[in-house]
Amino acid sequence: MSKLKNIDAGLYRKRRIINLSILAASILTTLFGLFWLVWLLATLFMHGFKYLDLSVFTQPTPPPGESGGLANAIVGSVLITFMGVALGAPVGVLAGTFLSEYAIRSKIAPVIRFVNDVLLSAPSIILGVFIYEIVVVPSGHFSGWAGALALALIALPIIVRTTEDMLKLVPNTVREAACALGAPRWKVTVSIVYRAARAGIFTGILLAVARISGETAPLLFTALNNQFWSTSLNQPVANLPVVIFQFAMSPYEDWQNLAWAGALLITISVLVLNIVVRTFLQAKR
Amino acid sequence: MDQKNPKNSQTLLEKGFASIKGAGGPDKADGKPSSFPLKIEVQDLNFYYGKFHALHSITMGIPEKKVTAMIGPSGCGKSTLIRCFNRIYELYPKQYATGEILLDGRNILDPKEDLNLLRAQVGMVFQKPTPFPMSVYDNIAFGVRLYERLTKDEMDERVEWALKKSALWKEVKDKLKQIGTALSGGQQQRLCIARAIAVKPEVVLLDEPCSALDPISTAKVEELIDELSADYTIIIVTHNMQQAARVSDFTAFMYLGKLIEFDSTEKMFTNPMRKETEDYITGRFG
Repeated sequence: MSKLKNIDAGLYRKRRIINLSILAASILTTLFGLFWLVWLLATLFMHGFKYLDLSVFTQPTPPPGESGGLANAIVGSVLITFMGVALGAPVGVLAGTFLSEYAIRSKIAPVIRFVNDVLLSAPSIILGVFIYEIVVVPSGHFSGWAGALALALIALPIIVRTTEDMLKLVPNTVREAACALGAPRWKVTVSIVYRAARAGIFTGILLAVARISGETAPLLFTALNNQFWSTSLNQPVANLPVVIFQFAMSPYEDWQNLAWAGALLITISVLVLNIVVRTFLQAKR
Repeated sequence: MDQKNPKNSQTLLEKGFASIKGAGGPDKADGKPSSFPLKIEVQDLNFYYGKFHALHSITMGIPEKKVTAMIGPSGCGKSTLIRCFNRIYELYPKQYATGEILLDGRNILDPKEDLNLLRAQVGMVFQKPTPFPMSVYDNIAFGVRLYERLTKDEMDERVEWALKKSALWKEVKDKLKQIGTALSGGQQQRLCIARAIAVKPEVVLLDEPCSALDPISTAKVEELIDELSADYTIIIVTHNMQQAARVSDFTAFMYLGKLIEFDSTEKMFTNPMRKETEDYITGRFG
C-alpha cells in the first residue's frame, strides 16, 4: 500500500474498519435471528418426534387419559384447507388476471389492489369473526364450510397478488405478438400468457396453502373442533391448529404430547410445501 | 443513375451501397411511390403518447406488393408509424392516433374497425423474437387456427410451407414438437416470421427484424423479404442503411416525428432531394 503514494493511509484504514464493523454487525444479527428459529425447530423436533407414531395417523383424538391420535384432525385439516383453496384459487386467479390483463384503463383497479393489500395484512382473527357473523350465527352452528370459507378469505388476497405479479412478469412483447396475429384478448390471456406464467401462478397457490394450513384463529370461530370422526363439512370439523390449541392448553400430559406431535406435523408439511415450491420454480428455469 | 450529380453517387457507393435494389436495372422503381397502386394511404396522421406528440401530420402512400423501408435515427417515429398500421398501440392506455389510414380505401383508424380481423390482415414481426411457450408446430398453427378450419393434413402442409418460406424448415423439421423457446435467437426470429406469414396476411410489418440476428440469419431474412414481396406488401423498419438499400423498393426517411423524404430507394440513396436525408445516409448526421 505504501507503494501507492496518492493513497491516504488514515482514510483507507478508516474505511476498512467501517467495512469490518458493518460486516460483523450483519453477521451477528443474522445469527441472532437464526438462533431463535433453530431453537424453535429443535424444541419442536425434540418434543414432537417421540410422540409421532403410527397411532397419531390412525386413531382419532382421545378423551383425557386415554390413548389416541390425530387422525380426525389431520383429515379435517386437509379437507378444510383443500376446500378453502378450491374456493379461493379460482376467484383469486381470475381477479389477478383482471388486474393484470384487463384493468389497464380502469379506475377501479387501483381501488381493488388497495383493498386486496389491506385484506392481505388483515389479522386472520378478524376474518374468522366476520365469517362467524355471516355464516355461523345465521346457520346456528359451527361448520367445516364456515372454516373453509374463512381460509378461502385468507388465501384469496395472496393468490390475487401473486397471480397479478406473475402475469405482469410476462413481457408485453409476447402479448403484442399474439395480438398481432389477430388473436382476441381472452385467447391471448388463456393460451399464451397463462402458459408463460403457469409455474408462478401455481407457486402462488401453493404458498397460500402453506399459509392457511397453520391458521388457528379463524377456525376457532368457524370450524371449531370435533371430538369424533366426521368428514361432513356441515358439522364442526376437527383440525390440527385448533386441536393443538386446545390440547396444548390442557392440564393432561397425553393431550400435550399429542399437541407436540401435531405442531411438528404442520411444521413439516409447510416445510415440504415450501421445498416443493422451490424445486418447482427451479425446474422451470 | 442520376447523371447530374455523379460525385454524390460516388461517395454513396464508396460508403458501401454498391447493391441498391433496382439500381440501373429496367425496374420501374425509379418512379415515385405514388405512381404505383397503393395498399395503404396515410393521411395527416398524428400520434400521441399521452401528451407527447410523436408523429406530426404524416401523409404517405405505400405501394402494393413492394418493400418499403423506414429509416431514421432512434426515436424518430418509424416504429410508432408502423405500429399504427395494425393498431397494436391500442394495447396501451394513453396512446392514440388522429387522421386517417386507408387500407384498400377503408379507414382502419375508425373506432368501428374490428381489430382482430385487421391484425389477421396486417401481420407484424417485432424486434425481439417472441416465440410462444409451446411447440414449434403450435407456434405456427396458433394464428392459423384462429381464422381457418383446416384438417390435420392441411395444417401440416401450412406449417411446412411457412417454415420453408422463412428458411427454417431444414433446421427444425425433426423438432416440430420441441418447445419454440428452446431454439436459437436467429431461429426464433425466423419462427416468428413463419408464424406471421402462416396466416397469409396482405401486409407484413417488420420492426427491425434483424437487429438481434447474426449476419447469416440476416441474409436469410433479407432473401425471404425479397421473395415475399411478390405476394405481400412489406414495410420494414431498419437502422441498417445497407439493409434498406438492399431489400427495399422505396425508402422513407423520418426525423423527429416528421416524414422528411419518401421516394424510390435508388433515388434516396443516390440523389436525395433533402439535405437531412443525404447527411443521415452518408453518416454525416448530427
